[in-house]
Amino acid sequence: MATGPIVARSRALTPWVRARSFLRHALTLDAAAYTLTLLAATTIFLITLLVCYELYIQSALARETFGWKFLFTQAWNPITEKFGALPFIYGTVVTSAMALLIAIPQGLGAAIFLAEMAPPHLSDALTFLIELLAAVPSVIYGLLGIFVLVPVLDNFVVPALQSSLGFLPIFKGVFYGVSYFSAGVVLSIMIIPFIVSVSREVLLAVPLDQREASMALGASRWQTTWRVVVPFALKGITGSIFLALARALGETMAVTMVIGNTPQIKVSLLASGYSIAAIIANEFTEAAGDLYTSALIELALVLFAVTFIINGLARLLIIATTKQGAQA
Amino acid sequence: MTFFEIRKKAINIMMFTLTGLCTLLTAGILFFILGYLVVRGATALNWDFFTKLPVPVGETGGGMAQAIIGSGKVLFLATLIGVPLGFLGGVYLNEYAGGRMAFIIRYATDLLNGVPSIVIGIVVYTLVVHPARHFSTFSGGVALGVMMIPIAVRSTEEFLHAVPNSIREAAMALGASKWLAIVTIVIPAALKGIITGTMLDFARVAGETAPLLFTAFGNDFWSPGWNQPTATLPVMIYNYAISPYDDWHRQAWAAGFVLLMLVLILNVTARLILSRGSFMPRGAV
Repeated sequence: MATGPIVARSRALTPWVRARSFLRHALTLDAAAYTLTLLAATTIFLITLLVCYELYIQSALARETFGWKFLFTQAWNPITEKFGALPFIYGTVVTSAMALLIAIPQGLGAAIFLAEMAPPHLSDALTFLIELLAAVPSVIYGLLGIFVLVPVLDNFVVPALQSSLGFLPIFKGVFYGVSYFSAGVVLSIMIIPFIVSVSREVLLAVPLDQREASMALGASRWQTTWRVVVPFALKGITGSIFLALARALGETMAVTMVIGNTPQIKVSLLASGYSIAAIIANEFTEAAGDLYTSALIELALVLFAVTFIINGLARLLIIATTKQGAQA
Repeated sequence: MTFFEIRKKAINIMMFTLTGLCTLLTAGILFFILGYLVVRGATALNWDFFTKLPVPVGETGGGMAQAIIGSGKVLFLATLIGVPLGFLGGVYLNEYAGGRMAFIIRYATDLLNGVPSIVIGIVVYTLVVHPARHFSTFSGGVALGVMMIPIAVRSTEEFLHAVPNSIREAAMALGASKWLAIVTIVIPAALKGIITGTMLDFARVAGETAPLLFTAFGNDFWSPGWNQPTATLPVMIYNYAISPYDDWHRQAWAAGFVLLMLVLILNVTARLILSRGSFMPRGAV
């Protein structure tokens, strides 16, 4: 604490004295604590950098061999060393889109109920339960997917879908259980908690006077919710959806267990497919040859880049709404 | 009442009923998962599960003792790596950093948090497993440790942030230097929150499977030391679930039940402690 004046005075002194007083300052516990925490923070930064760097460097061989074509071709043949990522990108996109299609209405509905309707105690208790869903390990979702969901879909849901909507190309063909459809349903259950939890927070952050103004004009509670509160919170809700999407895209185990692991592109959701994360999980340890490994790492790079962008957007949107709520 | 008013009321009631149903359905899934795992898993559980090694295909019986120990070792190492780093980083962010530096570190942490777990597995494989030329308990611990960092940073930072500034000022006014104020006053005030944050962090990586596939790998036998491949509970569940053998399925359910109980108990305990907490920031964890 007393070092301040000494350092100031030492400007006029010889370098030796200055160095000694600098050392004395640096050796205080205060400086040591600062250095230690700074070191930890820097290490975290470097680890993140290292993740990006490794993915980029290790995928160099595949990137140079295939170029951008890698993303748009279908071949996946380790023997002839022809690799194209399209079936996996397609599978990841289709299953995630399907998961969102189910999870958005259900998750948003639940968030609206919890934020606008339920008494605070009930709302907190239910939110607690729903957030626990996010804590269930993904391998357990996969286990339930294989042994519970797939048989249920096979016996009840798919026959009903085919008899009513069977004319649609997405519901044509034979259903073997493992499919885009099963993966989409499992994913939807896994991402709902993220939509509910974040959307509820965002809805609760909407200022009360917005609601009062709307009700004073004679709107019902639902009209107020749907036309005033939800639009006000729309950015944050979109953010929660992006957050859920990033989860769905990167989800590995549950998808691997129910998607069927067939590198093909099929219009029918009832066909089996593959996803980026699933092929990495299945083939990485067995990949023989540098090009094969490198191609799988390039897939990881693609996954990393996409989730990075989507997470970034989600963060911006959520920050934007909570700030808006604080200002209004 | 006019027709429009009746319609308005009807829509109001209908929509809120629908949203209520959404909530019930979502919360119901948790009870279904819990109930189903208790029914399938608890009945499949026996003493052998905790004490015996797996038996060869075709024989019934055996257990997952080596996977339970393996998971314990991997998680121990992960906590040893991830929690101190994340904690110190969080202290730096809240107590020291300002401006651009804080922004960069926070951004890097968020980025790391968003990286899919399988990608972390690949990176640890290229950095640790490949140079050593073998899978190991150590590499599994590193992979999960890296995954623990972001949440440790976030929860430390949030709970320190919730400690009122007046407490820091009071400590320093009494003559404490900055680090003394942080170590003896600020951190103890936030400790409960930080510990529960760590519990949630631990629970999250305890169920991670993907990054362990190419780091800890798997092992049907004991794995002494830190340098050999080891079985872990999540990876065992995965391998047994996709196998064609009924007895393995039974054991997968038993392991799933044990894992789910561990994760849920940690979560519920942490959140119960937090709900009675002193400086509880909203949405910290």
